[in-house]
Amino acid sequence: MKAATTPSQRPRDAKLLVVGANGRMQYALRARLVDFLRTGDLLVANDAATLPASLTGIHLRSGLPIEVRLAGRRSLAVDDLRAFSAIAFGAGDHRTATEQRPPPPALAVGDRLALGPLRAVVRRTLGHPRLIELAFDGTPDAIWAGLARHGRPVQYAHVAQPLALWDVWTRVAAQPVAFEPPSAGFVLDWRLLHTLAARGVGFATLTHAAGLSSTGDAALDARLPFDEPYRLPAATVQAVLATRHAGGRVIALGTTVTRALEHAASRRHGLRAGAGLATQRLGAHSRLRVVDAIVSGTHEPGSSHRELLRAFASDAVLARVDAVLLANGYLTHEFGDSVLIERGDVGRHPVAPRDHRHDLLGTGQGPIAGASARADDAGDACHPTRCDTAR
Amino acid sequence: MNTSTLAGMRAAITGGTSGLGLALVRALQERGAQVAFVARDAQRVRRVAAELPGTHGIVGDIADKADTHRIALQVNAALGGLDLLVNNASSLGPVPLALLADTDCEDLEAALATNVVGPFRLTKALLGSLAAAAREQRGPRRPGALVVNIVSDAAVTPYAGWGAYGASKAALAQLSRIWDEELREHGVQVLSFDPGDMDTPLHALALPDADPATLKRPAESARELVALIESALTPTETGA
Repeated sequence: MKAATTPSQRPRDAKLLVVGANGRMQYALRARLVDFLRTGDLLVANDAATLPASLTGIHLRSGLPIEVRLAGRRSLAVDDLRAFSAIAFGAGDHRTATEQRPPPPALAVGDRLALGPLRAVVRRTLGHPRLIELAFDGTPDAIWAGLARHGRPVQYAHVAQPLALWDVWTRVAAQPVAFEPPSAGFVLDWRLLHTLAARGVGFATLTHAAGLSSTGDAALDARLPFDEPYRLPAATVQAVLATRHAGGRVIALGTTVTRALEHAASRRHGLRAGAGLATQRLGAHSRLRVVDAIVSGTHEPGSSHRELLRAFASDAVLARVDAVLLANGYLTHEFGDSVLIERGDVGRHPVAPRDHRHDLLGTGQGPIAGASARADDAGDACHPTRCDTAR
Repeated sequence: MNTSTLAGMRAAITGGTSGLGLALVRALQERGAQVAFVARDAQRVRRVAAELPGTHGIVGDIADKADTHRIALQVNAALGGLDLLVNNASSLGPVPLALLADTDCEDLEAALATNVVGPFRLTKALLGSLAAAAREQRGPRRPGALVVNIVSDAAVTPYAGWGAYGASKAALAQLSRIWDEELREHGVQVLSFDPGDMDTPLHALALPDADPATLKRPAESARELVALIESALTPTETGA
């Protein structure tokens, strides 16, 4: 798939491939996402703001340039800020593909780094020359000020122009805890939130420290996603439970929302409000307990995000999806096009089967069929050929 | 004092190192709020933060687009969320005051940048946090989150010599009304507040010869503003 190279969160021609529980596919404009949601559904977003997690500076022992990309934290507590896991690179910047970046200077415990106004020490090495635990000097306020002033959003070679924070904050961005943008949330704006409310679709948020999607190193990429802390508000738990009770669907806006909700639901006492650390990997063998459908970017086969989609749809369906995305020029990566996948048989929850749910539209049809009729009537369904010429 | 509605509330104030802003930082902290304040001068920010332990001082210029998200990031990080934003930092426009016909367009633009565009941008950047705070309140009596924009009677009355300031504050007042209309459904109230003629550095710039004895103390205006905030954020039967 081709990468989206322009940092626009809501391009007018952004595409959405809708994949029903039965594997049936439909083309749509992403701006029409709301037409595929029903009264009684709940859309859950990750409201994490994106940190300027890329810090350049000097490895003081060698005097050599270094870039560190903050990659993980133990918790989201505002004052639990001193220690981060981080990926280190040698000279260069995002314009060089991560795979081509030289390694960092040899890093040893106790090495000090000067990163703009920030000073940090390598506290541990983590089993890979690029992966370290980094501790910053100073008070939390001083560390936040240093990050705000000196840090830049993590970015990759497919977007050439330097990203600003406003390029990577969603409209609902709040706590700055994500290392890369929770980009499925780029679709959100306040008009959409208004429309959701007007149509009786619920909206709730959680905060999840979305981690790096790629390190440029196969051995490290194989360890992704790292453990990611999250916080689930009581109001969101209440909304999820009420939605399920009433037979609505819980629709996760992005892989991070899915990971947080499913992690919370897998705990011994079930879905509870509060802090958690998502450690699990979701894939073909995961049973989804909470999430009925996911809105996600398009992902290259083999990536951890693509793996997660296997919890929603069979490999046969996903193979067809991949082929359709490729054939129709869907763009990938954070500013690319999207998919909406309703979980099929592979993701069926063993305790609360789908049969107990009501068809809230009262059309007697499945959700996708009902949505299809609306989209077609409006004349805005995006057919592959038309999408190609639009691009 | 900790019986106040404001106890534990997370509040951010721009222009927090002098005048009304500083008085408000003190008043909110006295009532148990967690307070972050923003100002341009690093030394003054450090001094106020040291003088009022527990507050979070943030250096930034709201008139500078590049500072907006840096400020928002630090506010969110320091407080862990946000219930109240007070856009207080203000620019007088040309100093000394000038008739509109003598006002350089750059001075008008500077007044608009600080008094209209800056509060607009910062509110937008912090809206995610404010709306999250409103969503996370539970029960039928949710007061929601609040933005207060500091305006002036010069926004309403056409005082000669106050063109840049008055026009920019009028724009801010109208922005507040429209935003209040649009954000109500998200649980965010947007109000404007006219603190009156106070004995502040800004007033001294405008009217250096004014007798301070005839002017309000900033602390008095801050008390009135706190009463407005308490009233807006007191849980009600109808709720936001």
